[in-house]
Amino acid sequence: MTKDECKKLVLDIIADIAPDEDLSNVKPDVRLRDQLQLDSMDFLDIVMELRKRHGIEVPEADYMQLASLDSSAEYLTPKFQALAAKK
Amino acid sequence: MKPSRIVITGVGLTAPNGNSLAEFRANLLKGQAGIERIEIRYMGPQLAGVCHYDPLKYQKKKEVRVGTRAGSISIYCAREALADSGVNLETLPKDRVGIYIGCTEHGNVETENEIYNISKFNYDTKYWSHYHNPRTVANNPAGEASLNLGTTGPAYTIGAACAAGNLGLIHATQMLRLGEVDFAICGGVSESIHTFGIFAGFKSQNALATHEDPHKASRPFDKARNGIVISEGGALYTLERLEDAQARGAKIYAEIAGYHVNSDASDYVLPNPARQAECIRAALKRSGLQPADIHIVNTHATATPMGDIQECEAIRGVFGEGCPDTHINNTKSYIGHAMGAAGALELAGNLPSFDDLTVHPTINVDDLDPQCALPGLVLNQPKKVAKVDTILNNSFGMLGINSTLIVKRFIP
Repeated sequence: MTKDECKKLVLDIIADIAPDEDLSNVKPDVRLRDQLQLDSMDFLDIVMELRKRHGIEVPEADYMQLASLDSSAEYLTPKFQALAAKK
Repeated sequence: MKPSRIVITGVGLTAPNGNSLAEFRANLLKGQAGIERIEIRYMGPQLAGVCHYDPLKYQKKKEVRVGTRAGSISIYCAREALADSGVNLETLPKDRVGIYIGCTEHGNVETENEIYNISKFNYDTKYWSHYHNPRTVANNPAGEASLNLGTTGPAYTIGAACAAGNLGLIHATQMLRLGEVDFAICGGVSESIHTFGIFAGFKSQNALATHEDPHKASRPFDKARNGIVISEGGALYTLERLEDAQARGAKIYAEIAGYHVNSDASDYVLPNPARQAECIRAALKRSGLQPADIHIVNTHATATPMGDIQECEAIRGVFGEGCPDTHINNTKSYIGHAMGAAGALELAGNLPSFDDLTVHPTINVDDLDPQCALPGLVLNQPKKVAKVDTILNNSFGMLGINSTLIVKRFIP
């Protein structure tokens, strides 16, 4: 899994939890909350969907890592890779 | 001191056979029922009344995803009622608007969904939604409406089983008279068709209707009736004190004439005709009306074999033979039993009678049960009548809660 693929997976989740948002121009280096209507419950949704869809756990202490697409990819890509290696 | 006169100035609804009062009424006069067969989790196809309003008319997709069906129905009905009332929400003092919504129950749908969800994950509760609590709190439908409307006055639900729709209107009347609010949005909603539990519960009670033709399944007063058709729906009204409504030149549908609520204190599920009759009489007394003054009695009858007979006994006891201008009908024969919305929807379906002087019939009566053969029963065809000045609406519920609401033609 590349970082770009990882960003795409996160965007797929956001598309489902924030269906009114236009995701065509999300800036990867800008905090998601600064460019999309996302609240704390939505971030819990991202965490839940990562768990449900991909078996990825994000502990509460690491929630800040999901602030932007870039930071999400930085944080999640190794986790996806570790998961793939186990399979 | 004389209590304030309270009037209905707006109606918003969604029923299985109509998403506005005009559409609903047209179908009631056409004899058009709205029952279909839907898939119920664990049970397979079941008969149900499904509403086909557009949730996105007033909600964002995210609101629909995060909220509940009861919340969505409440928002749709509240917005429709406000639009119908002609009130500009922006000019209303937001803290003086009360939202009072009757519910049979709330939280079953959302809880069942979550249990089903975690069943896919070996019942590991870490997959349980963080939305579970805001979705299942008992005030959810009213709370979602206040969030959507931005009103900051009291917004809560009234749990009153299948009497709840009437209770919403009654409670709003009381709050307006107490001066707690200046404008009320009230009535009842139900999302019951989305919980298998209510279907399974009625089935276990041998009280779930079956019929090859879905539209013929809900048949109060017919000899072959065999139970309830469960429906979703909602009807919310705007209520105001008469002087406020007149000051803004509002259209007035009707005036609240009187009401009563009592309890059987006799059984969990079996109705009690003596207490029902007491409830009707007490509502008449509060209204200053005699039985013969009532022109339409809208029955609660749900098409269970015993329940219909018992309500007929109560009505016979109050109205007897000496009420030649009293006509009796039933709306569940079209839309099934909309639970917490039933009383509010059924009142709405009859309100246009003040203008068109027509009583909508009870449909699906092919063979009238002699024990339900009340004088004045309007069967299968609408009836033109000389006068409609009063409508009495009965709604009864489990644990023995009875409610009667009487509205009258507005005469300044």
